Amino acid sequence: MNKQLILDHADAAVEFNKNEAKVDWHDETLWFVRTKRDRAVAQIPEWEQLREAASQIKNHVLSNMHDLLIQFEENAIRNGIKIHWAADGDEHNAIVLDIIKQAGATRMVKSKSMLTEECHLNKYLIDNGIEVIDSDLGERIVQMRNEPPSHIVLPAIHLTKAEVGETFHEHLGTDKGATDPQYLTEAARQHLRETFLTRKVALTGVNFAIAETGGFVVCTNEGNADMGAHLADVHIAAMGFEKIIPRAEHLGVFLRLLARSATGQPITTFSSHFHRPRPGQEMHIVIVDNGRSRQLGRPDFRNSLKCIRCAACLNTCPVYRRSGGFSYHSAVAGPIGSILAPNLDMKKNADLPFASTLCGSCSNVCPVKIDIHDQLYKWRQVLMREGYGPGSKTVAMKAMATVLESPRLYRMAGKVGRGVLRFAPITVENGLNPWYNQREMPEPPAESFHDWYVNHKKA
Amino acid sequence: MTTRDQMLASIKANQPAMRPIPAQFTFTSVYPDLTQQFIDILTFVGGAALIVPDFAAIRASLQTQFPNMTSVATTCDELADLADVTMNVSDPHELSGLNLAIIEGPLAVAENAAIWVDERQLPQRVAPMITQYLVIIIRQSTIVPNMHDAYKLLKVDETGFGTFICGPSKTADIEQSLVIGAHGARSLMVYILP
Repeated sequence: MNKQLILDHADAAVEFNKNEAKVDWHDETLWFVRTKRDRAVAQIPEWEQLREAASQIKNHVLSNMHDLLIQFEENAIRNGIKIHWAADGDEHNAIVLDIIKQAGATRMVKSKSMLTEECHLNKYLIDNGIEVIDSDLGERIVQMRNEPPSHIVLPAIHLTKAEVGETFHEHLGTDKGATDPQYLTEAARQHLRETFLTRKVALTGVNFAIAETGGFVVCTNEGNADMGAHLADVHIAAMGFEKIIPRAEHLGVFLRLLARSATGQPITTFSSHFHRPRPGQEMHIVIVDNGRSRQLGRPDFRNSLKCIRCAACLNTCPVYRRSGGFSYHSAVAGPIGSILAPNLDMKKNADLPFASTLCGSCSNVCPVKIDIHDQLYKWRQVLMREGYGPGSKTVAMKAMATVLESPRLYRMAGKVGRGVLRFAPITVENGLNPWYNQREMPEPPAESFHDWYVNHKKA
Repeated sequence: MTTRDQMLASIKANQPAMRPIPAQFTFTSVYPDLTQQFIDILTFVGGAALIVPDFAAIRASLQTQFPNMTSVATTCDELADLADVTMNVSDPHELSGLNLAIIEGPLAVAENAAIWVDERQLPQRVAPMITQYLVIIIRQSTIVPNMHDAYKLLKVDETGFGTFICGPSKTADIEQSLVIGAHGARSLMVYILP
């Protein structure tokens, strides 16, 4: 990808905010999802204890990752599942391509997997002559538009039904101008049913992998993961290694938390437990690292690997809701994406930990109690220290440090500032001052506290 | 070193000191009426439920709910005469024309209206998704309060595949408008026997 084409978060957010009506809709819709989450949570008196249990189980998983993965592999192999290990996205992609080729297939149907977004699998397969169709409705919509998902649970949340209608008219031949979601969904159902029935290879994500039993759980509302996997000769499941949980009974905790946190549903429509391929079928699991073991070694940031991808932190985030998923230029957007992305590429993602007010709402809704806003704050310090801080901030902070270190400079700067605000407000009240953008400058006081103190002491 | 060994070595080197699995991770849910709680939640997620005394009542209800429907399959011996096709096929693609699947659910959960089914109930894994309409028959005595209770009773790897089903398939991916009937069944009717 051309580097110059990627806007940093703040600039992309400015673009997103040009359509004010749409931003308001985006903001209110995601907040509505957050309120649905609140209503679902209020029905579970032990919610906080559940979060604590989930957090502690995940803490155990992080600390026992090596042994749990070996246990999982052993049991999965005993179940007749083939296990593959991938150090990075490239290796993951090559393994998937190899399985497809071994199956003699040229087409694949895929259900939602943020990991494959992270690895840019679709592009790789298409470049190698394999057709990929995303089967989650939202993902299919953005795929037709050549866009990535803008939200990890609601991939097409940035689009209006008119835009979806336009896309479907072009790609599925629905009536021009049609916007009825029922009608549009029916068209996609027919189109994708044909896809499910004709693909030999299906790829799904993994929500939870159970060490004790060597199986895995995939959650969907649409039933698309099941339709793909149960009709295909070959089922590939792709997982980041952090998806592991120790025992099946721990699913009780995570399945009670996941859908309620995500959309306010009591549970997803399908929570499918795969343990063995059906007769005649091949089942593969690709276990991916791609920077995760490095993140595991960062004491301040390893907790980010506890994430179960519910997106509650996106829905509640005042910055995400008003800047949109694409501003984050990363497979996982929002607060959780902003603490995961710098681990993948510090330079490219240096802007993301700054895309936050540090209000802490993300940490409060997180079902596995990740200290998201603390990590955002800590990443800022790491990035500045490593020299990846945004240039404007570095210069301004250095200037400020010089002024604050010298009482004489500080008093002079105050005097100049007050004078400028009073006599030449245009020098700060203009579009070049980012602070003035959407804010009034304060009334300058007549004298500084220092001057006031000195004058009153005399009297 | 293989990728596997490198990954595992790197994980071992980087993982923090051992933290225990928490002592408490199961909780008790108390509902005044488990069946009513199950029905309320099922209705909330777009499904429907009916308490019935016996299979004769189920048969009568099915005949009103799905009059003259063809391509009906069931795994319930008591309702075998309603079926004109079978789910016992060797190739799951043969189920592509299935209109109505009637199956039994051995375990249901009151807190979220989820019903467990596995390969003991499903001659083909895809049956409850590929069918246009789905009917599940459960028994009041098998409704447990919450998911912790369900996992205490379940052996998830007893068969090669099992799933919790909660309501009909759905999506809200177009402007957050709820549409029932995404890729799976367009409706879910649950009959509750004593």
